[in-house]
Amino acid sequence: MATIEQAPPPSPPVPPGPPEPAGHPPAGTGTSNTKLAIWLFLSSDCLFFGAFISAYLLYRSRHQTGPTPKDVYSIPFTSVSSFVLLMSSLTMVLALAAIQRGDLRRLRIWLLATALLGSVFIGGQIFEFTEFARKGLSLDTNLFSSTFFVLTGFHGAHVTIGIIWLISLWGLATQGRLRQGDAEKVEVAGLYWHFVDVVWIVIFTVVYLIPAPK
Amino acid sequence: MTNHNTPRGRWWLVLAGLATLALAACSPNNGQNSVSPHGTNAKKIDNLILPIWGIAIVIGLIVIGGVVFVAVRYRHRPGNERPKQIRGNIPIEIAWTMVPAVILAVIAIPTVSLIFQTDATPSNPVNITVIGKQWWWQFEYPASNGQKPVQVADELHIPAGRNVDLTLKACDLSLPYGFNNGPGCNVIHSFWVPELAGKRDVVPGRDNHLTLHSDTTGTFQGQCAQYCGLSHANMRFRVIVQSPADYDAWLASQRQGPAVTLANAGDAGTLFSKTFACTNCHISENSSVSTYGPNLTHLASRSTFAGGYYALTRPQLIKWILNAPSLIPMQSKDCRKGPPGTPGATCVGMPSFTTNTPQGMPVMTEQQAGTLADYLLSLK
Amino acid sequence: MSTATETHTPVPVRTPVLLRRPKKTTGFWSWFTTVDHKKIGILYACTALIFFVVGGLEALLIRLQLAQPNGNVLTASQYNQLFTMHGTTMVFLLGMPLSVAFANYLVPLMIGARDVAFPRLNAFGYFGFVLGGMFLYSSFLLGGAPNGGWFGYTPLTSTPISLGALPGRGPDFWTIGLIIVGIASTTGAINIIVTALNMRAPGMTLMRIPVFVWMMLVTAFLTLFALPIITVALIMVFFDRNFGTAFFLPTKGGDPLLYQHLFWLFGHPEVYILILPGMGVVSEVLPVFSRKPLFGYPVVVFSGIAIGFLGWGVWAHHMFTTGLGPVAISAFSLSTMLIAIPTGVKIFNWLATVYKGAVRLTTAMYFALGFIAMFTIGGLSGVSLAIVPADTQQHDSYFVVAHFHYVLFGGLVFGLFSGFYYWYPKVFGRMLNERLGKLNFWTMLVGFNLTFFPMHLLGIYGMPRRTYRYPSGFGWDTLNMIATIGGFLIAVSVLIFIVNAIVSRRRGAIAGPDPWDGRTIEWSIPSPPPEYNFVEIPEIQARDDYWHYKYTEDDDGMLVPLPSGGADNVHNAAVTRLAAAPTHPIHMPSPSFYPLLVAVALPILGYAAVFHSKWYAFVLLPIGALTLAFGVYAWAVEPATADEETH
Repeated sequence: MATIEQAPPPSPPVPPGPPEPAGHPPAGTGTSNTKLAIWLFLSSDCLFFGAFISAYLLYRSRHQTGPTPKDVYSIPFTSVSSFVLLMSSLTMVLALAAIQRGDLRRLRIWLLATALLGSVFIGGQIFEFTEFARKGLSLDTNLFSSTFFVLTGFHGAHVTIGIIWLISLWGLATQGRLRQGDAEKVEVAGLYWHFVDVVWIVIFTVVYLIPAPK
Repeated sequence: MTNHNTPRGRWWLVLAGLATLALAACSPNNGQNSVSPHGTNAKKIDNLILPIWGIAIVIGLIVIGGVVFVAVRYRHRPGNERPKQIRGNIPIEIAWTMVPAVILAVIAIPTVSLIFQTDATPSNPVNITVIGKQWWWQFEYPASNGQKPVQVADELHIPAGRNVDLTLKACDLSLPYGFNNGPGCNVIHSFWVPELAGKRDVVPGRDNHLTLHSDTTGTFQGQCAQYCGLSHANMRFRVIVQSPADYDAWLASQRQGPAVTLANAGDAGTLFSKTFACTNCHISENSSVSTYGPNLTHLASRSTFAGGYYALTRPQLIKWILNAPSLIPMQSKDCRKGPPGTPGATCVGMPSFTTNTPQGMPVMTEQQAGTLADYLLSLK
Repeated sequence: MSTATETHTPVPVRTPVLLRRPKKTTGFWSWFTTVDHKKIGILYACTALIFFVVGGLEALLIRLQLAQPNGNVLTASQYNQLFTMHGTTMVFLLGMPLSVAFANYLVPLMIGARDVAFPRLNAFGYFGFVLGGMFLYSSFLLGGAPNGGWFGYTPLTSTPISLGALPGRGPDFWTIGLIIVGIASTTGAINIIVTALNMRAPGMTLMRIPVFVWMMLVTAFLTLFALPIITVALIMVFFDRNFGTAFFLPTKGGDPLLYQHLFWLFGHPEVYILILPGMGVVSEVLPVFSRKPLFGYPVVVFSGIAIGFLGWGVWAHHMFTTGLGPVAISAFSLSTMLIAIPTGVKIFNWLATVYKGAVRLTTAMYFALGFIAMFTIGGLSGVSLAIVPADTQQHDSYFVVAHFHYVLFGGLVFGLFSGFYYWYPKVFGRMLNERLGKLNFWTMLVGFNLTFFPMHLLGIYGMPRRTYRYPSGFGWDTLNMIATIGGFLIAVSVLIFIVNAIVSRRRGAIAGPDPWDGRTIEWSIPSPPPEYNFVEIPEIQARDDYWHYKYTEDDDGMLVPLPSGGADNVHNAAVTRLAAAPTHPIHMPSPSFYPLLVAVALPILGYAAVFHSKWYAFVLLPIGALTLAFGVYAWAVEPATADEETH
């Protein structure tokens, strides 16, 4: 899902230079600079979430006071919001496909749809956090709550940045400043968005679905 | 000890001799010298590392000699302008990968063996609990035969010829106040008596163990080795290895009540328990109880005080009672708001009674300090 | 493709310009908006050297305090702040950025590129580093500098300020400051990786790139993967201190050792982040001044990569005394010994490079040879620390201080000083004075060994680290005094270097494009290089490509110079072409305000976080957030290269 192949973007203007000799293909990875950079950033971000998830796994059953995961999680609710986020990856793919075809109207629709689905997810997270707080679980209640809120909170921040990114792209698109040749800008945002999605799938599985050891 | 008779043993000895020679030049007799071992574990470590240092010195000399040699021998001069262009040599590469690997493998075997030896639970041990606090050590001899436990500060007594199993803790759960939004946990410290054994960290939330064993009697210096805040440098202690008979006698005397009770101490009793409220943090009438400050019930039986940094003399003690933070830096400014545990009283260590005195307390006179010192020095 | 542009399609619709785009590429103010990798490299180097001097002054104060027993030059509180800031400065504000300075300047030149992949991101990385460093240092004026050690062990640092395990706000500044510097370093690492992988000239295959570029590539990957881990640890410490969490507080179930695992999972790769660039420099300098190719190029490269991988499997050797249990400890002991093998292989290959060469003993060569000797001592003491039983004696004693200074000073600093003398002529077009250089080297070698060799003995004789004073009568007095004298000799040496660098900038002999008879392609272009580096992107035929422009080998493998200036010599023609003036306009990325603006937002948000309980945090927070948002937006819509008409 995350790697929709596309036609290569138009070549950058090459400064006049010697023609490349036949024996010397251009050195490089074949991936554009921007895409390579976002892949590298995401690989770094993997370790960021990895460290938080490890801390959560280590700590979730060490709570001494206050509610436990079992007491607060509402799996059906979170499943629905996870599904919403998962669907946003689909609309993201559609947005990228649209710009690659040059269908700018659909591009705007799908970008907005992705941002909206993301916002629904964030709304769900805010509701969940307030619900937890109502049940007596706040950041400093116990180790479970601390690791839970910090992990999901930083994930939520990533989603929020993604929403702002998507809305900015939508804004550019409505002004006609995002055209077929700019498909890579959408693709890079898409890579980030899919990454945030995949991280959520891991969090949902590890944090919500797999029960903590006794 | 390594086997002296085999050829390997002899080489081992030559290398150990080389390292010893290098270290002996100014090896001080300071009671805290890791290459002057007296404890069993320290000796084993010494026997392992000296030959390895010998090997390291030989390799180091060869490489540095090589650097100097190639630089001087092949320096640019007439007749040496067109060197042969060598780009590598696989057999040589393999050789200088394998040789260090073999040397390291040889070193690894005794290393792993000693790791397991020093970590093994000792047989028939004397159990003592060590609690690290900012910035002093508390040693707790457990209750036995219906007798109460004993709390001592700064000086750890152990019997010679016995395995001593130290339980190292940074949490004193008998105290309601600590650094962790809850009962008495402290920061990480590290217990190190170089001449008896290697160090072991004292980590809040876990019980680490360290085995001491010494066949010789004597006094050995120790020091906290893990940075633990402001006065980390002053967190010293001493380990006094005594003959079993002396040790038993010492422990029995520590179990007794105070030589002088506060009620019988006259003016000093009032100063100690009322005027300057020393009893907020100290206890001088019961050696079995743990407190924020060192237990003073048998203070005068010690030869050092104040984290083991100062010799216990009357003038030194008076200076300390008047203005302890001038001798050992402490975060005790806020102690004037009240004893530890009082909201807002971030109080580590002993307050000054001459400047910034604790709330509601008069400035202490030298005479009062003298009275208190005389009382404390009577607590044999 | 070898262009320097970030985005390829100029935005067709005129952007509403809030800040007029800067045009100037010369003059004082141009340094704030530059995106030229060479100028940014110089900025990195100068700033890192300033932090080197600051960190060095901190070290001198520490040495003055310890010159005699019961020293009273500093109070305990001052001493603790100084040793914390000395370590933090030397690791995060000298070691990492100075390596990045070399990488910034040299990687594009060595691989035949006109700039780095992301010129503006590069500028942001620099400003993030310098502002993060200033943020850290501002703590001295705003409630006390960090005082929990550069390693910041919990629960000492994570205990809330109100409970007073450590006085002052230091650890708050420390956590936030390192996060800011970390963000900057991460962008720098991404830039170096993309540049080294994607911007290579035609024919510059991975097995032809100079070893320095290889080592910076490995370093950048280590940076990329190590920094997020410490960021998480720092966030947790900050939350523990300020928001009532208990990640590292045992009474609520937290584990102080989790912090140590996270910190050293970052911290050990960090050691290789610091040493690999030095190894890279030496691998360039030794062949040039021995007139021989590097012995075993593939072996040196792969052992560098092996060190990079193994560096992730040894972190717990910093925790041998914490009570991890004999099985885990044995495993980490063995993995630590294992990492000595590729390191040793490198040393042997360097020696073999010089062996039977034609050795020109320039200052750069002195420092490179000094690197091998000093780093070997550090490596050997490192192996002895892998012997766990011995480590339980030497850990946290002055032996360890000696060990890592032999690695980081004897290694990194000697390596980078070799690099200074080697590449200064390329950067400034003038030679550094060799006589002062030799004096620089010998004072540094003697001062360094006087300072740090006695520390081995101090540790063995029982002196622990991080102690602001020690009692007399322990036999430590003389050795400490020697170390202090040595420390001042190092200061003299650094002063000599600074004088040399400043004076030679104006008065040094003109270097010309290739003063050292170099091997790599940066020596084929003028010194200093023009803004566009290469008039034409070179075609690379071989490893050490430029060497083959000048020399060949006879049947016995002996060196044979090619006749210079011959019309039949295709390489000479190529060199002339590369160094000629451009006959066509070369579009380079244009200067920009926005990297600076985005970087400025970071410390503003940092202050808001540190003072989150004060009213002015609610002023700082929106200012920082708006600056960040505006800067990022403006950056995103600004084309990398300005159209002529937007000026």
